[in-house]
Amino acid sequence: MSKSDPNAPKRLALIASKGTLDWAYPPFILASAAAAMGWEVAIFFTFYGLTLLKPELTAAVSPLGNPAMPMKMPFGPEGFQNINWPMPNLLMANVPGFESVATGLMKQTFKNKGVASIEELREACVDMDVRMIGCQMTMDVFGFKREDFIKECEIGGAATFLEYAADADVQLFI
Amino acid sequence: MTDVIKEDQVLDCSGMLCPMPVVKTSKAMKELQSGQILKMVATDPGAPPDMEAWSRQTGNELLRSMTEGGKFIFYLRKK
Repeated sequence: MSKSDPNAPKRLALIASKGTLDWAYPPFILASAAAAMGWEVAIFFTFYGLTLLKPELTAAVSPLGNPAMPMKMPFGPEGFQNINWPMPNLLMANVPGFESVATGLMKQTFKNKGVASIEELREACVDMDVRMIGCQMTMDVFGFKREDFIKECEIGGAATFLEYAADADVQLFI
Repeated sequence: MTDVIKEDQVLDCSGMLCPMPVVKTSKAMKELQSGQILKMVATDPGAPPDMEAWSRQTGNELLRSMTEGGKFIFYLRKK
């Protein structure tokens, strides 16, 4: 499907390669914004990004090895909420359940600030006909089946994505 | 003295952050007929530059962009 028509809409090609909560946002934000501007959009979900196509999104965030991540509290007075809690890796690695705490804090902070959830953003993408391509090779490697993913996605490989991306105005690897 | 713009539809995106004002605006515009006007209200400080970009990209004219009581108000005419 080459973009031979000069009046065809602009086209965005994204690769979503990461499956953590923080990295789940950029592809869905950019895809929904582009689709809202009338662009054609496709996202290729590969490696850890493939899990973003599961019906139940379980994306979590790990501050481990994420040294620039601010740790903020989503409750209390404004001054308290603005404190950036220093969390040394050594401590985080040894506290059971720390990831689920960090994930909960990030979700609540985002919600309080008015950021849509990953579920809402993905639903907006589906509504606006964003093409979502799950990586066949990743499925084989991690042992996923077609029915493990939402019905709105398609399954393809590198060639499927590259053919689309070749005619895209913007291509981003996330 | 600026003319009063009469909108056909109002969309309140107060409290929403990027990209939802743009996404909701796009959805609301689909319900309108060509020439009709949407008034969109937002509180996201990123909305003014984003709505200008959205208008340029979609060809729906941004008739007016203003600030009122800490809110950003946009009048958009469907192409």
